Amino acid sequence: MAETITLEVTRYSPEQDVEPRFQQYEVPLRKDWVVLDALNHIKDKVDGSLTFRWSCRMGICGSCGMMVNGEPKLTCATFLSSYAAEGRIRVQPLRYFPVIRDLVVAIEDFMSKLQSVKPWLIRNEEKPVSEGEYLQTPDQLDLYKQFSMCINCMLCYAACPVVGLDPAFIGPAAIALAQRYNMDSRDQGAQERMDVLAQHEGIWGCTFVGDCTKACPKKVDPAGAIQQYKLTATVDRLKSLLMPWGAK
Amino acid sequence: MSQARQNATYTEFRPRWYRARVSTWWWMGRWSYLKFILREISSVFVAWFVVELLLALNALSTGPQEYSEFQLFLRNPVVVATNVVSLFFVIFHALTWFNLAPKAMAVRVRGKRIPDLWIAGPNYVAWAAVSAIVAWFLLRA
Amino acid sequence: MAKRSNEPILWVLFSAGGVVAAFLIPVLLFLLFLAFPLGWITPPSYHGLLALVRLPITRLALFVLSFFSLFHWAHRFRYTLYDGLQIKHLNQLIFPFCYGGAVVGSVIAGYILWNIG
Repeated sequence: MAETITLEVTRYSPEQDVEPRFQQYEVPLRKDWVVLDALNHIKDKVDGSLTFRWSCRMGICGSCGMMVNGEPKLTCATFLSSYAAEGRIRVQPLRYFPVIRDLVVAIEDFMSKLQSVKPWLIRNEEKPVSEGEYLQTPDQLDLYKQFSMCINCMLCYAACPVVGLDPAFIGPAAIALAQRYNMDSRDQGAQERMDVLAQHEGIWGCTFVGDCTKACPKKVDPAGAIQQYKLTATVDRLKSLLMPWGAK
Repeated sequence: MSQARQNATYTEFRPRWYRARVSTWWWMGRWSYLKFILREISSVFVAWFVVELLLALNALSTGPQEYSEFQLFLRNPVVVATNVVSLFFVIFHALTWFNLAPKAMAVRVRGKRIPDLWIAGPNYVAWAAVSAIVAWFLLRA
Repeated sequence: MAKRSNEPILWVLFSAGGVVAAFLIPVLLFLLFLAFPLGWITPPSYHGLLALVRLPITRLALFVLSFFSLFHWAHRFRYTLYDGLQIKHLNQLIFPFCYGGAVVGSVIAGYILWNIG
């Protein structure tokens, strides 16, 4: 194994650059280093101006997502040694997001999309605290647990071509998150969320490429959530067509 | 971006976000994207089959003379090549369709989601059975 | 209630078409348009085939196959044009072309199958 590996990192300074460029850094190829360690090595020892987001280093905060050799990855969970054979690692900001500086992307649009699906428990009527908590069986938990594992790392958005083609598309994570609440036995907000999800920019923009599910580091399976929701929305729509008097 | 700008006024102060345009050829160079486009293109060959089927039925209903002329048309090398390509695409459609079906249908038995193969498997068996039945009717005719 | 899109109806037609196309088209295409005309397999006689197609059940099945397959095409082709060629702004043309094509094709299929003699 070579002792160093080349990191080709996107640099973009909004004050100076018209478009992003690459800068190469030689970093030690240590067996226990992930891409994020190499970036921190560059920032600490080589070039303090390199800008990127990170926090927990253990795959739970969701802030260190970047494109590594063209694939959306959590850089804290992507080992340098996996790329030793290629001898070069290209690190770019998450695809389809606007770049603010170097590897940092703008997430405002993503955040407002997450919010638009009302990702909280909606009750028609809250019961008084004195009546205690809303109980749930393990089977009821199991229905939505998978969708609750999302860490909002945005890798699925960087994997999804529809996100790039149609900026209004609400995207995989937001829909999976909506399903997390729709399938929660304590929630009663499915109809409210359907107004957002059953639009063209909601589930119907999805063409089931399936790469969001492959990119997900937490096995959330947004692609499955979307197709399952298409079925739900269709049943609902057909019901309102066949039984208009039952529509709300 | 417009939505983001409305929701976050401070973005005015970093006006030079860099946005890459999605290339027209975005589906090239990545197998899963290319597979997706091929899957979608398969629909063109599905439509071509329907057109061909209607031409065949029309010839069949007009008379034996027209029907044998249609058989000659089907032996034209260009038509043969088109049909070979079409066969590849409709089989590709069937395979991808059966493989994706379990992802869209989360069937649960006693609270547990059943494995994908339990949905895809019977689809394949049914596909073979339907094909055999159709072939039997046609060969017997 | 917010305006609900009609995508679900188109999606049902697309899905039904996907199923019938997957089950029936490969075998029909192989036999009718490759194996029989090229003589790989002895083809059925003209009159045998006509008798088979004259059965009401066959006609119904062929109509169902044509109808749903065409709407399957319309949906997928529409999205291929949106995403593959990035021409969603031409939707005013794309939408009538795809679904108009499916409707016209279905009418022709109905006419031919109804009048088979």
